[in-house]
Amino acid sequence: MELSLATRVVAAHTVLEVGGEVDVYTAPKLRERITELLDSGVTAVVVDLARVDFMDSTGLGVLVGANRRAGNAGATFGVVCSRESLLKIFRITALDQVLPLYPSVDAATAS
Amino acid sequence: MATVRLEFTPEPAHVRTARLVGVAVARRAGVPDDQLDEVRLAIGEACARAVARHQRVGLRDVVAVAFTDGDRYVVQVWDHAGDEEQITDEEQLTVDVSASLLQAIVKDLQVRPLEGGPGTEVQMAWPVRRASRLGR
Repeated sequence: MELSLATRVVAAHTVLEVGGEVDVYTAPKLRERITELLDSGVTAVVVDLARVDFMDSTGLGVLVGANRRAGNAGATFGVVCSRESLLKIFRITALDQVLPLYPSVDAATAS
Repeated sequence: MATVRLEFTPEPAHVRTARLVGVAVARRAGVPDDQLDEVRLAIGEACARAVARHQRVGLRDVVAVAFTDGDRYVVQVWDHAGDEEQITDEEQLTVDVSASLLQAIVKDLQVRPLEGGPGTEVQMAWPVRRASRLGR
């Protein structure tokens, strides 16, 4: 399944809904979209992975890079993920200690 | 024992094809269903690694993959890239994360230089369930 990207605004946060597969082929499109949001002056970005059914190390790298860029731009950044297969790869790589992970959009936008 | 071989130009778009083929062969080989997500991720990581190694040195030669259904399910991925020049911080992060993932999810993993030339071979193996192989 190809990557799908859609944005909506929730409680002054821009939520980027990601669907499909985030891999070595599609991850650059995700990086580009997050960069566009930050460059446009968005100050709170939440990446919602609820509809992602596969993600590889390239996708993880994009999220870590986005978290860093958001910090440099003075924006907040969060990742919504509740799927166990994805949480497992965050834990294996210890990136659950680096990225702000939330179980739901409500939790991410309330922080 | 049966082997499915795949060769592809080093383009990221083809990694998904390799994942799909690899999981299909794994299922037929009798890899338990609860391990197929890890097989899919591992094949993707190994193939993406090979593609990235070719791309960093501008090598257009094909990446080769073999999926072998035997007493174990064995996946081999070959690249032909020499040592890499400097890579960016984000590329290095992805390399490190990919290596961590492979080491964590594949119990039987070997990465070795190719004999007689530049490049590496990644070999990964998973046990198969005999009961699921009887109905073939």
